[in-house]
Amino acid sequence: MRAFKYSRAASLKDAAARLAETPNAKLIAGGTNLLDLMKLQIETPEALIDVNGLPLDQIEVTQEGGLRVGALVRNTDLAADVRVRRDYPVLSRAILAGASQQLRNRATTAGNLLQRTRCPYFYDTDQPCNKRKPGSGCSAIGGYSRGLAVIGASESCIATYPGDMAVALRVLDATVQISDADGETRDLALADFHRLPGDAPQVENDLEKGEIITSVTLPKPVASRQIYRKIRDRASYAFALVSVAAVIGKDFARFAIGGVAPKPWRSETAERELPQQGVARFSQALFADATPTRENRFKIVLAERVLQSTWTENRG
Amino acid sequence: MKFTEPAGPNAIDNQTIISRPVSRIDGRLKTSGGAKYGYEQLGPNTGAAYGYVVGAGIAKGKIRSLESSAARAAPGVLAVVTAENAGKLGKGKYNFAPLLAGPEVHHYHQAVALVVADTFEAARSAATLLRIEYAAEKGEFDLQAARARGDGQPAPIEQDPADTSVGDFDGAFAKASIKLDETYSTPDQSHAMMEPHASIAAWDGDQLTLWTSAQMVDWHRSDLAKTLGIEKEKIRLISPFIGGGFGGKLFLRADAVLAALGSRKARRPVKVALPRPLVFNNTTHRPATIQRIRIGAELDGKIVAIAHDSWSGNLDGGPPEGAVAATRLLYAGANRQTATRLAKIDLPEGHSMRAPGEAPGLMALEVAMDEMAEKLKLDPVEFRMMNDTQVDPEKPERKFSLRNLRACLQLGAERFGWSRRPMTPASLREGRLYIGYGMAAAFRNNIAMKSDARVRLGRDGRIVVETDMTDIGTGSYTIIAQTAAETMGVPLSSIDVRLGSSDYPVSCGSGGQFGAVNSTSGVFAACMKLREDIARKLGLPFDSKFEGGRVASGEWRIPVGEAAANGDLVAEDGVEYGDLDKRYQESTFGAHFCEVTVDADTAEMRVRRMLAVCAAGRILNPKTARSQVIGAMTMGVGAALMEELTVDKRAGCFINHDLAAYEVPVNADIPHQDVIFLDELDPIASPMKAKGVAELGLCGVAAAVANAVYNAVGVRVRDYPITLDKLLEKMPIRA
Repeated sequence: MRAFKYSRAASLKDAAARLAETPNAKLIAGGTNLLDLMKLQIETPEALIDVNGLPLDQIEVTQEGGLRVGALVRNTDLAADVRVRRDYPVLSRAILAGASQQLRNRATTAGNLLQRTRCPYFYDTDQPCNKRKPGSGCSAIGGYSRGLAVIGASESCIATYPGDMAVALRVLDATVQISDADGETRDLALADFHRLPGDAPQVENDLEKGEIITSVTLPKPVASRQIYRKIRDRASYAFALVSVAAVIGKDFARFAIGGVAPKPWRSETAERELPQQGVARFSQALFADATPTRENRFKIVLAERVLQSTWTENRG
Repeated sequence: MKFTEPAGPNAIDNQTIISRPVSRIDGRLKTSGGAKYGYEQLGPNTGAAYGYVVGAGIAKGKIRSLESSAARAAPGVLAVVTAENAGKLGKGKYNFAPLLAGPEVHHYHQAVALVVADTFEAARSAATLLRIEYAAEKGEFDLQAARARGDGQPAPIEQDPADTSVGDFDGAFAKASIKLDETYSTPDQSHAMMEPHASIAAWDGDQLTLWTSAQMVDWHRSDLAKTLGIEKEKIRLISPFIGGGFGGKLFLRADAVLAALGSRKARRPVKVALPRPLVFNNTTHRPATIQRIRIGAELDGKIVAIAHDSWSGNLDGGPPEGAVAATRLLYAGANRQTATRLAKIDLPEGHSMRAPGEAPGLMALEVAMDEMAEKLKLDPVEFRMMNDTQVDPEKPERKFSLRNLRACLQLGAERFGWSRRPMTPASLREGRLYIGYGMAAAFRNNIAMKSDARVRLGRDGRIVVETDMTDIGTGSYTIIAQTAAETMGVPLSSIDVRLGSSDYPVSCGSGGQFGAVNSTSGVFAACMKLREDIARKLGLPFDSKFEGGRVASGEWRIPVGEAAANGDLVAEDGVEYGDLDKRYQESTFGAHFCEVTVDADTAEMRVRRMLAVCAAGRILNPKTARSQVIGAMTMGVGAALMEELTVDKRAGCFINHDLAAYEVPVNADIPHQDVIFLDELDPIASPMKAKGVAELGLCGVAAAVANAVYNAVGVRVRDYPITLDKLLEKMPIRA
């Protein structure tokens, strides 16, 4: 860990201004991922701006009848919220499938979206990794790739996005509210928040310098069955090999897949054709551009199996 | 005490305190944070500095340059230790790669430097300022490739030969009615103990005190002396509590050596703990194996031929994994052979991990037995009983000291409800889940080792036991107190146990399930000597009774403390073994049963319930023994379903080197475990009539799980760990 400057933000505006003007600064909220990465010299911020005191920890009903979840709402509180459990159970289930109680007590909504990959090469500073050290190469390609991406990857990086919460948010059509130092705000669909690696895998999301996530908004709930299935090697405290978040209504079905790509993976086009085409075709369409390795090809089979059983058990 | 003939009736037989389920006497200390581990002996504001270990970034080659000026100039830095400035270092008896590399690098994350600073954070930060350039060389990291080339040498398994052969295996196998010839593989595994390797070193002139986390106080002390080139007597080594070892702390490691060197340079006490990501490649691991097993049987189920060849790899000077050891002893069969081959592999040092040899060996053998039973259309329990033996099958003139394998199998089958198992694979479903039952025999040798102790009686009747025995979480403090209390006829609360210091007599130490049996035997011997001294002092006959805190003979009932009225009485003795373990084969036996579910869609496997039946002589404390066995069973589930150090064959390292990526079972994986101990005494094994038991709890577990997975879905995986990707496309078609 490199020595860094620590300061507390007095307001959202103050946080954004400091973030914009301080070179190599990072916000810290729960710190459940950032601090680990700093200890390992993977993240080396020169300044940490603590946003924990900002009033962004509320869950409120929106005018449209949805929910606005403050950036600093802790995972535990979000999963336990009565409205979330009633109207967006897939979100509650996804959160509870991740990490441990202690980590969820600390982890925040915005921080969770920003958690970084669990690719083993990203964690070993003696090995090349384009995400950690742009231009150094990708060790995972041709290396140990069992847990890594089968789709959405590039020749420079095959890391996955590791989280659960974002997979549920993706299937729920959530949007992310972002604010900058000038007080300008913008709304971004969660679908557009995470970026694919392309030739710049170090850039993982759409945030510009000085921008801060203030909340995540869920649209008005829809009558549906909601399922989160997370497949992993042990029963708890492991990242997903494959996870499926599903919202299945009377005449629609939506699926987002975790553990297979650098972002929660979903295809609205394929979903529209699902009732006619069936799950096998749906899964084929979803993974049409897949580039699996010998070690992780099973994820495509696994995803299809989970989609199949989720659909069969919960349709109409 | 020379133990050369089987034990007769003795003081331990009373079993008023020993063999009772006594809670740990150090339990309160441990659960309240009062137990001070080695690394905690010097806290903040004691002047201790901190060392941060830097591991090599290549697997094999040379350090071309190591530039440390920026690190030395960093705030708080007191010293940087490298091979260049460390002075001449020797190599310990139990190490085969140097603990400080340079210029030669022998394996990935081998220590190349220690940065010492006044805080841990400063040391860690400065460590990143070292600029190290390497000249990497090509290494061999692929065991399978080495085996395919035949590139390996016969390697003895400790004192036992690499190869054994009895009768005519080839002839008998060729003629056998039913045959099996399969190859199994087990991966490299990490001990993954909770407390990483950690030490504090403090010099006073040429005297060194080292607080550390060591299973074997005397081995560490001797090897540290050898490495530093100083006399052993100059080192005080203290290992008061240990947060798990599993064999990973049997031998001196870099934390201890570098703490000593760092402290010498910084002229302050120095604390060194290995960062978790370094533990996996810097320290030892259980080596991977590839094992071929051939079994031939007649239609009646009798084995007529059995062969087991095992390959493993290691650095120069490293031992093989003795995976064939159990096969030499577990089942009858007139024609048999085993072979052990060792390839030169440039991965980190392979060495003992819990039940070395037997654990990975039975992962293969006990699946082969399951496959063979199926071919013979026999109940796997019955097939094992049919091939039981009361003599060493390679040397039939040698009997087992005590062998109750049949009873374990029978009782286990009955208690587990084995008769309710699905008779054909993939035939029992509950909703989405296939249900399978599996079992395996358990086998682990007993190891007789010399062990000394000192006991001291005070005027107040209290007795202090001192021995350098360690408590690695096993309950040594407690069973030693029970042994002393039982032998001296005093309440448990009158005993103080002091362990883990080189100030005390040398014990067997902890490892290889030899700790409990030998250390308590040593304490028993010292107590028997103290009894003689007490009787002499009180003018009572040597056969006086010691009970209720008194010495009783005829009309006399004298409080034991009176013998120390004019000063403490001190007795020192230990157990030393004759050739009983040569005349007899001393082993422990058991049976593991388990029930698993396999998800029909995803092939996710989960264990539902497990049972172990263990026969290991006298059980010294059923509560701590049970804890040992259920811990071992949990480790077996890990071995079956998830644990694997994944080798990057380009970089030459284990790449999943943290506890997020190297998965071990969590609570949710282990819903229900039962343990039954057979009520038996083995007077040939030790004066305590006990044997080791802990590692027996691991041996066979993974095979029982593997066999249950097969029973659930009809897919046989011979390549551990059995992860869902190996089943997925072979799963039965869902009706």
